[in-house]
Amino acid sequence: MKWALAAFIGIVTVILVAFAWFQSGGMKQHAMFSAVTPEQAVQALMTQIQNRNYQQAFASLDPASGADYSSFVRDVAGSDGSLRTYSSLQSSDVSPLHANADQALVRLRMTWSSAVGSLDDVRDVQVRRDGSVWRVVWPKPAVTKVPPQVVSVNYLRWEVIGRNSSQSWGAQDVDSPKVRITSMNAISRPGRVVIVGEVENEDTVPAYLNVNATLLKADGSPIEEEGSFDLISHVLLPKQVSPYRIDFPGVRMDAVKSVRMDARALLVPASADPVIAISDQTLSKDGLSRTVLKGELVNQSGRPVNIAQVLAAYYDDSGKVIWVADGYVDQALMPQVPVPFAVDVPDDIAPRLKNYRVIVNHYSQAGS
Amino acid sequence: MADLGPFFPRLSRLTLLCLLSGLAWSADLHVPANVEAGKAFSIPAEGSGEATFYLVGPDHVAKRTVNLGGAVQIESSEVRAAGRYQAILCGSSCSSATFQVKASQPARLSFFLHPSRVPVSMPDSVDATAFVFDQYQNLVLSPNSVDFRVTPATGAAFSKQSPAKNGVAWMRMNSTPHEGRVQVTAALGKVEEARVIQQVAAEACGLRIKATSSGSIMTVETDPVRDCSGNALPDGTVVSFTNIDRAGKSTVDTPIKKGVARGQFRVHGTAHINVACGVVLGNELALKGSL
Repeated sequence: MKWALAAFIGIVTVILVAFAWFQSGGMKQHAMFSAVTPEQAVQALMTQIQNRNYQQAFASLDPASGADYSSFVRDVAGSDGSLRTYSSLQSSDVSPLHANADQALVRLRMTWSSAVGSLDDVRDVQVRRDGSVWRVVWPKPAVTKVPPQVVSVNYLRWEVIGRNSSQSWGAQDVDSPKVRITSMNAISRPGRVVIVGEVENEDTVPAYLNVNATLLKADGSPIEEEGSFDLISHVLLPKQVSPYRIDFPGVRMDAVKSVRMDARALLVPASADPVIAISDQTLSKDGLSRTVLKGELVNQSGRPVNIAQVLAAYYDDSGKVIWVADGYVDQALMPQVPVPFAVDVPDDIAPRLKNYRVIVNHYSQAGS
Repeated sequence: MADLGPFFPRLSRLTLLCLLSGLAWSADLHVPANVEAGKAFSIPAEGSGEATFYLVGPDHVAKRTVNLGGAVQIESSEVRAAGRYQAILCGSSCSSATFQVKASQPARLSFFLHPSRVPVSMPDSVDATAFVFDQYQNLVLSPNSVDFRVTPATGAAFSKQSPAKNGVAWMRMNSTPHEGRVQVTAALGKVEEARVIQQVAAEACGLRIKATSSGSIMTVETDPVRDCSGNALPDGTVVSFTNIDRAGKSTVDTPIKKGVARGQFRVHGTAHINVACGVVLGNELALKGSL
């Protein structure tokens, strides 16, 4: 009886250890060091990155990789408070493009989960045979080095002194900023109705803005009310124009008779900096053959921008807004350093797209 | 007075007093027809012995024992609120009378000036509304004339008289052509209340840019950005530069600083650079870059 119990405990322990090893990626790690196909090698590398085992991931790379350890970690884990530093690799998809006996090219699609949704990173990765295993060649990320310099910035900022609550009725106060919806277009999309358009801060002070829309039936009763959430630049400086998009999932266009729009603005303290230029914007196809609007963001100020969101308004040949898309940039915008971005263009919008306009929302950590 | 039990749990003292005054046998109670708020007065109380006097007003109720055959003294503090009052005198029987308390002399103005910021030269863009109150916060309904005095930052001051109707006087005016502080004072007798609006530049007018190149970098700068009346647009106003060249389209939204806005582009080949401020477009430059 005593021996049976000891054997039972021993067997259970072995099973649990094996289970833990399997769960912690031991199988994949084993596969990595014995990756017999290029796809296995890339998948194993992704597993290490997913588990944040950057040292092991770096050790598995082809020695010919140009990346050193710190640049590799910066590339996959992010730096400078960028969105990537708040993200984790959710999944990866590997598809072979070309292979011979010693080299292969695979398309790697990494899906990162972040607080603002999932972010795709598509790269074509080279894999080389190293004896009996395959190893990924991870090129050194191109980092533009800006020479040391002093960037003079005349910071411009608005502060608000509101009405004292102890003052009597009728005491002087400052009005909310005056904003105007300059265009609105209701479009039908599969499974939803979408309101797109633009809004302008017509005032001389900054505005914190929300645009809401209410879909109305023929009898004037509301169907649903939604706000623009993050598909708008909420803080608008004087005379700044922002696109907005409001989605109504599950609503059919034929049920909508009219739309009631409501732009609410608050007077808020704001800064006129940083200035972010959006250069070399072009329409092209990405690695997955989707139409994308690509370009580069250049932070023209002297302080880093940690998280940037690109908002793009697409116009048809009559100048009407036909779609508003957005995309987050997972790198921090360091001063004067161009950072690439890409924003999707839906397939049915692309043929009608004649012009576009891009703006950038930004977030900077205090003191960074 | 206590509540009347479970059947009348919410019957208030005030309601009961009103009920009593309606049901009781009424003797004459001589009250003045109109009383000025905050002025003491007396009500003759005929008869002899003691009685209970109630005064029910818009903002308070008073009760006290009085001696009949004299006068019931109403203190100034008991009639501060304008409105309808009811006096009830209960001895062997009850009698009641109503009287009206009217606001006293204007002592305060509540002044609303809207908006707090307004673009220059906008017709009917400024609303001034003054509410006339006495020293006890009663709206003064008697006819009065409020003087609205307007003092712009530049140019001559002017004023406009407006009669107060039902305690409210108002006027509407155009904003003047020059930016800056405009003080509007509402005055009624010795009572004055001042407010300030900020007149700001209107939309940009004649927006023009010029460019200078430094290597591959093209710096684009606006002329001082002004509206059609010559007022400078305030710093922080966003100006959008757009450059279209061989590499695609480049844009930069940059705030006006010290009167002008600047943007920088790397220009590839022939470039067309234009400028906009809000919904106003400026000129376009055609340039050749060094890249």
